[in-house]
Amino acid sequence: MLTFLRKRALTSLLPLLLVLLGVFVLARLTGNPASLYLPESATPAQRAAFTERNGFDDPIWRQLLDYLGGVLQFDFGTSLRTGEAASTMALRAFPATLQLAAATMIIAIVLAVVIGSWAAYRPNSIADRISSFLSMTAASVPDFWIAIMGIYLFAVVLGVLPTSGTNAGALSWILPVATLAIRPVGVLTQVVRGAMVSALSAPYVRLARSTGAGDVRVVTHQALRNAAAPALTVAGDLTVGLVNGAVVVETIFGWPGIGKLMIDSIVGRDFAVLQAAVLLTAISIFVLNVLIDLGYALLDARVREKAKA
Amino acid sequence: MTATYDLPDAGTGGTAAGTGSVVLDVDGLSVDIRTPQGVVRAVDGVSFGARRGETIALLGESGCGKSMTAQAIVGLLAPVADVSAGEVRLDGTDLVTASRKQRRALAGPEIAIVFQDALTALNPVYTVGYQLAEPFRIHRGMSRKQARTEAIALMKRVGIPEPESRVDNYPHQFSGGMRQRLLIAIAVALSPTVLLADEPTTALDVTVQAQIMQLLTDLRSERDMAVVLITHDLALVSEQADRVVVMYAGTVVEQGPVGEVFGRPRHPYTKGLLDSVPAGATRGSDLRSIGGSPPELQDIPAACVYQDRCPLVQDICRTERPAPRHVGTDHASACHFSEEVSR
Repeated sequence: MLTFLRKRALTSLLPLLLVLLGVFVLARLTGNPASLYLPESATPAQRAAFTERNGFDDPIWRQLLDYLGGVLQFDFGTSLRTGEAASTMALRAFPATLQLAAATMIIAIVLAVVIGSWAAYRPNSIADRISSFLSMTAASVPDFWIAIMGIYLFAVVLGVLPTSGTNAGALSWILPVATLAIRPVGVLTQVVRGAMVSALSAPYVRLARSTGAGDVRVVTHQALRNAAAPALTVAGDLTVGLVNGAVVVETIFGWPGIGKLMIDSIVGRDFAVLQAAVLLTAISIFVLNVLIDLGYALLDARVREKAKA
Repeated sequence: MTATYDLPDAGTGGTAAGTGSVVLDVDGLSVDIRTPQGVVRAVDGVSFGARRGETIALLGESGCGKSMTAQAIVGLLAPVADVSAGEVRLDGTDLVTASRKQRRALAGPEIAIVFQDALTALNPVYTVGYQLAEPFRIHRGMSRKQARTEAIALMKRVGIPEPESRVDNYPHQFSGGMRQRLLIAIAVALSPTVLLADEPTTALDVTVQAQIMQLLTDLRSERDMAVVLITHDLALVSEQADRVVVMYAGTVVEQGPVGEVFGRPRHPYTKGLLDSVPAGATRGSDLRSIGGSPPELQDIPAACVYQDRCPLVQDICRTERPAPRHVGTDHASACHFSEEVSR
């Protein structure tokens, strides 16, 4: 177990470094922050002073080495906008994204398991066809469109939900979660249905029926756990997508998460904060993948044995 | 087209075992399968009975409908197949017309089945203890702990060493023979009246086969069950069964006490099967086999099903399906010329 974790941590170091490198270089292509942070009337001398103070006049490899040196000491730089430590800002924004993703995935998994199992129970029945059509549609609709239509309908026309922000308590969660959940519900429902169709036709289900197991018991006590592995893979991918895709939805709904922080940092050429936010996201995706692998092992003894061997 | 055959009264069989009452009475059972080409009849008017303490064998080649007969009896037909006629009476209750709820209540405590492929029949992601406990939890409402105790006792009974530690193992950690024992354990968990065994030893090697059959026989006597053994193995039938039901192309062509049917077959198909066993052949003589192959389901003749391969075929065989006739005590054959079949 510890060996496994150590191995995974080591193999993820290089990808994390590459991500950091990419962001570092790309961010600097957007231009010198001096033109954003100094008034238009600033003299060339003032600009030069700002640039030098923040190290932007060094060659890029020099800047990178300085930055990496800092990272090794857990110093991720400071924000140009607020002067705060970049790591503090990223860590402060992250829980909001995580909560949104968690709420979304819980809803998506519950709906997908219920609808997917129900559709799988009678393949090609009317119920199955309806749920296939709906889930296909849900999986194909772009989230920004859903978000804008949702705001228009529920916030502008009906006025029952806030347009954005987190000030309205539970109500402020409804539109962002619904927007984020639509695609995962659609995709996951189809995966659960497929996995359940094959699990329900497996010989062990016949065995369970031969001992008098009813419809519900066959699903809950036999088939579901077998169908969980493929669903887990896709749910993991979707969660990764949520953490990344939060950029759009958080921006539209003014949700103070990591996605919004990234966008604000890009717009503000706040390089250190952007790098910290991307690094934190990448680490969280690594952690998520480890959790998914642990999930497989938890579900299936054969995976545990293979991991030991 | 549907032939019914009334089983002679119990107690008239020629063997010592199986003198109990008839607990499973299959009467004119037919199964239709919906295919893209139309509806075909896979099982056509099958009738037989099984008594407590008796092993009755359903014998036939693959595709003859024996497995489908078993599936129809336990109510586990694939969604494309339906019972189209007949009754399956279990202690007087017709399973064909019984509600799903009624059938569920009987599945386990009254009728159970041992499946063929023990590797796939057990659920790979649950411990064997969990799976052995299910019948007790479903029908007796036992707690996990109680059911686990029962599962361990059951594992001990079917001859699995160290059941206390192996109860938490997974199916892939057992050998083929042990997995088959586990399947048997699940089937006999609630001491059913009727136990069907669908090719229970086909996937096993010979020594293990013998052990498994011995276990089934022991359990049959111990729990006074009627055992329906579905097999294509003539040797297994002669060793294990009291009565044999020979099936061909979805129909019963001959049935009776094993000694009588195998000693003096009264249907040319039975005779053909027995003749193709190499054991009786002398060195240097040709192995005999039945010419041709069984008809496809959609090509089964309306008259005698065996006409195309039968050495005794006459005109009547092509126009009229022979009804099962008594050819001895408790022995029946569906052949127009049953008197002329000899060994």
